[in-house]
Amino acid sequence: MVSLTLFEKLWREPLVADLGGGEALGLVARVFLHERTGSIALESLQAAGRPLLAPRQVFCTMDHVVDTRPGRTDETLMLTGGAFIRATRAAAERAGVQLFDLGDPRQGIVHVISPEQGVVLPGLTVVCPDSHTSTQGAFGALAWGVGSTEAEHAMATGTLRVKRPRTLRITVDGRLGAGVTAKDLALHIISRLSASGARSFAVEYAGEAVEALSMEGRMTLCNMAAELSAFGALVAPDAAALDYLHGRPYAPQDQAWDRAAAHWSTLRSDPDAAFDLEHRFDAAEVAPTVTWGTSPQHAVPLSGRTPAFEDVADQDSRESYDKALAYMGLQPGQALAGLPVDAAFIGSCTNGRLSDLRSAAAVLRGRRVAAGVRAICGPGSMAVNREAEAEGLDQVFRAAGFEWREPGCSMCFFAGAESFAPQARVVTSTNRNFESRQGPGVRSHLASPATVAASAVVGRIADPRELGP
Amino acid sequence: MSAAPFTRLAAVAAPLIRPNIDTDAIIPSREIKAVSKQGLAEGLFAGWRYTDIGGREPDPGFVLNDRAYAGAQILLGGVNFGCGSSREHAAWALAEYGFRVVIAPSFNPIFQGNCVRNGIVPVPAAQERIEGLARAVAPDPQVRRICVDLATQTLSGPDGDENAFEIGAEAKEMLLHGLDAIDLTFKRRGEIEAFRAADAQRRPWAYL
Repeated sequence: MVSLTLFEKLWREPLVADLGGGEALGLVARVFLHERTGSIALESLQAAGRPLLAPRQVFCTMDHVVDTRPGRTDETLMLTGGAFIRATRAAAERAGVQLFDLGDPRQGIVHVISPEQGVVLPGLTVVCPDSHTSTQGAFGALAWGVGSTEAEHAMATGTLRVKRPRTLRITVDGRLGAGVTAKDLALHIISRLSASGARSFAVEYAGEAVEALSMEGRMTLCNMAAELSAFGALVAPDAAALDYLHGRPYAPQDQAWDRAAAHWSTLRSDPDAAFDLEHRFDAAEVAPTVTWGTSPQHAVPLSGRTPAFEDVADQDSRESYDKALAYMGLQPGQALAGLPVDAAFIGSCTNGRLSDLRSAAAVLRGRRVAAGVRAICGPGSMAVNREAEAEGLDQVFRAAGFEWREPGCSMCFFAGAESFAPQARVVTSTNRNFESRQGPGVRSHLASPATVAASAVVGRIADPRELGP
Repeated sequence: MSAAPFTRLAAVAAPLIRPNIDTDAIIPSREIKAVSKQGLAEGLFAGWRYTDIGGREPDPGFVLNDRAYAGAQILLGGVNFGCGSSREHAAWALAEYGFRVVIAPSFNPIFQGNCVRNGIVPVPAAQERIEGLARAVAPDPQVRRICVDLATQTLSGPDGDENAFEIGAEAKEMLLHGLDAIDLTFKRRGEIEAFRAADAQRRPWAYL
């Protein structure tokens, strides 16, 4: 038998036809949409008179432009947000797809609720017109982001025409230290490999440190593969993945589950399978990490300094390095820890799950956000919201001075409504520190939820490990 | 919906050679105001193109506001062009503005696919080559044009210097003939139905 990587097994299962030239026609098992890019895909299909091949395999949520302030309605602070919401609702209804609408107890950010509902399963091909679809690869699904036109293709034909990516294994040996999270690991890897370090590769994360991560940690790691420009990211499905999915609404039940689980246990790279490229990392070298610039590759240990131009990851021109530092209001060689912050945000498809909120709450318990710092927490889903409230985490956040929001993408990006002040320095548990991503002129520092919480309390970028119990 | 076929284009080329130009920069989320593929050209590069956020006062320092590059249909970019959000609005905005070609050392794969589906040719070229083209064009961009021939996969500078470029066979066919991928795939309907039926036996959990 030929030895295969996990990716190769997942590629073969749904392969309808080889189209030549490295292109293939593959079945798509699940399409997930959101109101920002899914609405146009559904409307465009309907305008062309093209019905969905399998509407029951298509799901839709409201997360990108919905208001996250308490008591929200269809109307949003973003002037035309309501139009996106209503158009999506109407189009989803006409198409007969399951919509997790505002007010639905299952609503939330697409990549948070897809696993919660058991929509994603090991081995399935899952696409969404959203770059962070790689998140769902944490369950051993072949999940990747597509454009709206591709989503139309997937819904109309049940397939996609895809160029086969190359395979890259990233092995992380050893264990992450206490207080070091999957987010720190993800930023560490991106800082070493660059923002295009996995471009056109299907990444498989492996090794002791990855196996030791919770499913939520794995989702964070796979989520950030989008910032490596990866085609998608995978972790081989193990007992932790199956435990997470067992009994979820759209997962198979009873004997059907047993049959599926037996199949899923074969979904792992064969011991001597060859990858096109391999990288190894030592978990012990990873420290709490924070970004200093305007690309996720601009990351250093929290105890570090903004690098000299000569020391930045490759591919940064002098112009873009200077531009990044100027945008962030920083000098070369400046310490990150201790930089005064104006705001803090915890949430998003990267770090808006229960364990993220728990780790932040552990820092916030009995403490207060520093004077003058605006702090916001947006749970990733209604389910996360309920579980957090059942544990009293919302009270911890509120008592510390955080705003407690409704589920949605919230402050991860600026859609024209809510933002922080121009030049505000924000520590954020999100995924992109691009120029003006969180608002005009806003200076975003990506970090783990614990680092965001610690920084909010201190009023400066701070290492959560140094706050003490 | 199919795009206009692309065979050969000689056009003004504008340089924007920065690494990791993300789709938030190409079309900021705040500029996506309607459920539509149209009306996006005005928001193209809005954060760099205008002096104020949300404003429309051209920033004279931005290349697309430089009259020397007026009417540019070719964009010279940097590595990992189009990274970040999968928003197809980036390709729609570029196309509506008039761009038919982006030349860059590398592209984000989602963005690359979005280009092909909207009649924009992603042309890979070495960083030095792109910088060389920008220098060659600069003295008189309106006259010193760059030519992209998709049929022969040739990129030519204003001094006639040529090099071949790579593009996937499928992408090339779609661009050359303005094909719609859904129409192409519908030709295999029977094959897909048969495969689905067999797969539903093998992996019933994949079907709802």
